[in-house]
Amino acid sequence: MTKIELTRNPFIKNALKSRYPQLAVFIVMLVGYIFAILAGLIGTPVGSHNFSIVFVWIAWWAILILVAVPFFGRGWCAVCPIPLPGEWLQRGAVLTPPEKRPKWLNLRVPKMFRNIWLQNISFLLLALFSSVLLTTPNITGIVLAAMLFAAIGLSAIFERRAFCRYLCPVGGFIGLYSQTAPIELRIKDKQICVSCEGKPCYNGSQAGYGCPWDVFPGGLTKNTYCGLCMECIRTCPHDNIAVNLRPFSADLAKPSTRMDEAFKAFIMLGSAMIYAGVLLGPWGAFKDAAYNVGTSAWFIYAVIFLSIIFVILPGFFTLGILKAKSALPLKQRFASLATALIPLGLMFWVAFSLSFVLTNASYIIAALSDPLGLGWNLFGTANAVWQPMLFSILAPAQTLALVGGLIWSARTAQKAANEVKVSSIPVIIYSFIVTSIMLWLLL
Amino acid sequence: MRFYFHLLLFVMAGLVVAFAPLPVPPIAPQERTFRIDARQFAYSPSELKVNPGDTVTLQLVSTDVVHGLYVDGYDISIEADPGQSATLTFVADKQGSFRFRCNLTCGAMHPFMIGKLTVGTNNWLFRSLGLATLAVFGALISTKQKA
Ligand code: SF4
Ligand code: SF4
Ligand SMILES: [Cu+2]
Repeated sequence: MTKIELTRNPFIKNALKSRYPQLAVFIVMLVGYIFAILAGLIGTPVGSHNFSIVFVWIAWWAILILVAVPFFGRGWCAVCPIPLPGEWLQRGAVLTPPEKRPKWLNLRVPKMFRNIWLQNISFLLLALFSSVLLTTPNITGIVLAAMLFAAIGLSAIFERRAFCRYLCPVGGFIGLYSQTAPIELRIKDKQICVSCEGKPCYNGSQAGYGCPWDVFPGGLTKNTYCGLCMECIRTCPHDNIAVNLRPFSADLAKPSTRMDEAFKAFIMLGSAMIYAGVLLGPWGAFKDAAYNVGTSAWFIYAVIFLSIIFVILPGFFTLGILKAKSALPLKQRFASLATALIPLGLMFWVAFSLSFVLTNASYIIAALSDPLGLGWNLFGTANAVWQPMLFSILAPAQTLALVGGLIWSARTAQKAANEVKVSSIPVIIYSFIVTSIMLWLLL
Repeated sequence: MRFYFHLLLFVMAGLVVAFAPLPVPPIAPQERTFRIDARQFAYSPSELKVNPGDTVTLQLVSTDVVHGLYVDGYDISIEADPGQSATLTFVADKQGSFRFRCNLTCGAMHPFMIGKLTVGTNNWLFRSLGLATLAVFGALISTKQKA
């Protein structure tokens, strides 16, 4: 396994260590975010002409799932505006630590919440309402504002970034899929950390804050919970932190054994399949049910949605691995082998998003000139006509993503199966079946 | 060495599955007319099947607000005002499966107002399934070799 240390380049190193480049991006993001909230609340109720819908659910989503997550892991979290106001209040500073820190409660998050189940739930809540959320500017504005305020509230009560780590509906899957990315932040030399006094990377110092994600960098073995905030690069007095370029999905060689993470893999896999069928399929009844929140059709939709994710998908998976001769308990095999579904799920989302994004990208051009849908024409592009983009490469690209994801997941399954000493064949066949269904839904 | 040989074999097989020309059974082209009702946010019928070479006439009837119908890949469209109908005739000369979708903002779920036109067999789907099968085959063989 070869790694290339990017931080050896002095330009990259200084750009990451300095607070100013990040702050510049933060400010742009925060302004954009607040504008998206306002646009959602006061702009046109027509989603495809409102900045909040077009820039959040088409532009941001495209960049997130097609570029940021696959190539930079938690790179989005490094510049995300949602936790900023809360974090700045909690720190009493925007840049380096102040002389006197504000006395917030600084509680530790209770043990029972220190996992990603809350994130699983918050994601599912949004997912069940997604047809409304994705298409109604008002609702998008309210949800964006709610996340901002929830992050502020949690920063006031708990220490560090409790919102990012335990509640953010987006952060959960970014963390899961960040394990597949070819970028990582790790320590260079374990011995230096062992003898390091005070562990400023975790506890903070004059130079910077203790890890906002409540991670001890010295113990990092996977990307899931490191938000790439670069704080430890600033605090480590021994220059022991590196950002490395590495092979894709290096973290998945050591499979996780956590149930919350295993179910996250099923939640994401299942939601991608359901969205492909409901949103992009030709079946009007599903769309009606998904959109008409509160009606009995919607309740049936919600029950089916949750059963696919919690019963059908994990159920067949369990049946497949049930018989294996193994000394390990089923639960552990389940969690370890579900690792194979991480690259597959990511590629399902890529394939689904390609269709959604390429079809609707032309709305971005129009919304740029008329972000509130009030008849402005800032750059003369307000009347750009809707036109699907790159249609001829869409289906081949989707096949490439899905079949590539299948191969990737088969290789991951082989490694995971090796670790727990069982056969990888049932997992590979399972991946093949779900991939075939996804191909049928999308093509 | 053997690994690369196998990889090469699989890549070649993959290219064959993806691109080999298929014989097209000659079917005499027909004229077909479909009446499609459009409402927020669905078409009915929403799945159309025709044969390659058919001359297809779509009669779009809107039952509520203004709707459009744009056919992916063919890049053609029509619009129908509420209560009115509009027709579009074209020759289905591209094989495969194409989404058709509303191209006039007609309300919240407008971007997802989608139907499907299948011309002949959806070969790309079968080719893709073939590629997936091949991929799994390759994976299973490499598991066997390691075991
Ligand atoms: S401050 Fe640096 S050397 Fe010390 S424990 Fe943290 S990463 Fe290791
Ligand atoms: S302080 Fe370091 S380990 Fe913690 S989230 Fe930031 S970059 Fe990751
Ligand atoms: Cu419409």
